Amino acid sequence: MSFADALNEAGAKAAGKRPYFLEPQVERVLAITMAIAQELAVSRQRADALERLLKAKGLLAEGEIDAFAPDAAAAAERAMWNQEYIARILRIVQQENEAAALSDEVASGDVGDELA
Amino acid sequence: MDSSSAPDRRNDPAAHYDGPPDYRVVGRHALFPQTSHDEIERINFLAQMNRHLAGRIVPGVKAAYEARVAPAFQKENGRPITDRHEARKALLKDPTFQTWSALRRLTMEQRQQAGRWTAIRQREQLARIAADLTDNDPRLQLDGQVVVPRYVSAVDHHCMPGSYYTEKFPGDVTNGANYDHAGFVTTGGLLGKYSDGGGHAVVKWVKRNLPDFSPARILEIGGTVGHSSLPLAQAFPDAQMTVVDLGAPVLRYGLARAKSLGVDNVEFVQASGEDLSRFPDESFDWIQTTMFLHELSTGALANIFRETRRLLRPGGIVLHVEQPQYAPDMPLFEQAMRDWDAFYNNEPFWSRMHEMDLDSAMIAAGFDADSLIHGGVTGVVDRDLFPDAQEDETEDYGRKAAWHVIGATV
Repeated sequence: MSFADALNEAGAKAAGKRPYFLEPQVERVLAITMAIAQELAVSRQRADALERLLKAKGLLAEGEIDAFAPDAAAAAERAMWNQEYIARILRIVQQENEAAALSDEVASGDVGDELA
Repeated sequence: MDSSSAPDRRNDPAAHYDGPPDYRVVGRHALFPQTSHDEIERINFLAQMNRHLAGRIVPGVKAAYEARVAPAFQKENGRPITDRHEARKALLKDPTFQTWSALRRLTMEQRQQAGRWTAIRQREQLARIAADLTDNDPRLQLDGQVVVPRYVSAVDHHCMPGSYYTEKFPGDVTNGANYDHAGFVTTGGLLGKYSDGGGHAVVKWVKRNLPDFSPARILEIGGTVGHSSLPLAQAFPDAQMTVVDLGAPVLRYGLARAKSLGVDNVEFVQASGEDLSRFPDESFDWIQTTMFLHELSTGALANIFRETRRLLRPGGIVLHVEQPQYAPDMPLFEQAMRDWDAFYNNEPFWSRMHEMDLDSAMIAAGFDADSLIHGGVTGVVDRDLFPDAQEDETEDYGRKAAWHVIGATV
């Protein structure tokens, strides 16, 4: 089936050893970040298409989105979405900061030895 | 402020837009893959990425080369950088080059993934359309005995997984469809509606420089899906055009594409350009290659040049379209940047080919020194919709639609 094939094969490696220009860990994260940047652009364009279609159908007036003023409840929901979103993205920073406050944390493998 | 006044044109971003056109202007045909909104926007994003890298990041790399890379080399070695390899290796240590390179490589990888997704998800349907258009058509001549040479098999050119020749099942056209529909990411529309601006440029050059030339048989070697070949067939409708390539998927796709576009005086033949013994001596009036020589090897290039000499009829011409050679007056920074594709985009022969003395190679193949042709062409596109390479000041080393022509008459 083509969908499963696409999942497996679309991202296939080209023959030939891949060059790295940065530390491999850094380049790996950059690769993931750029893929997400691409998908963000796609989502932004999709929202734009939706707005334009709604305008063409007379369901949305020019400037209405820019003039949009959420009521208090909507503003709170939207603000909370931003807070949640940022917390999700910056999870690693939160966890590293929590770890920094702990002087001597034990690793699970070491606990395993301890419990053996 | 008077709210009724029109916005100042100087503050209207759209009035000053300078960049790739929206992907939706590309020309479609029966074999062209269906593309969803999101698939189109991936291509638009990636084309803009390449534009951004070339227009906004490369100047910083150049500035770093001049301000610190070259001076640091001088300080360390007590002499300036003397060739493009030294320049590239020195650049590899600089963060501007590292970041630009990483992003340029990633953009190519993302382009391949995006194009392959679109092609693979519908590949059975595309194969069926191709079969309906090409089954039992003598103009598609496949030869399963053709051996893929190491200069094509060792690494996949421009990071295109499976290259031009791999097929997943009999009748597969996936790799032709990927190559055709998403090449826009790299060209940013500079090759026009049907990615054929190179072919139109060659036709324009021939009509201007050889106004009485009236070929009966035309051959394009390494013509893949026929992007550059169809303009030749269209410009000389009484001629018979032959496209040879190693890859069955691109040839199947190519004939179906040509027929769908109403170009019937063209056949697609699976063969190596090094061994065209299926064609007798003096079979063609015009032999063309377009952005092909850099995907060969030193030996293959010599063999192909010899075959072109053998196959040309008296009064015939051979023309090779390529990116410019590394002339001594080309700055080392530019040479190093142009070499990038050889080392980091799986174009292994690019570097060697661009330093070759092509005149000598032509003479060694049997062409007269006096009959050699040198020229320059830029992509010819529908300027209402597509950017014109002649007016585009962005330098995307090695990828701009501005080429050199080397050829010969016999």
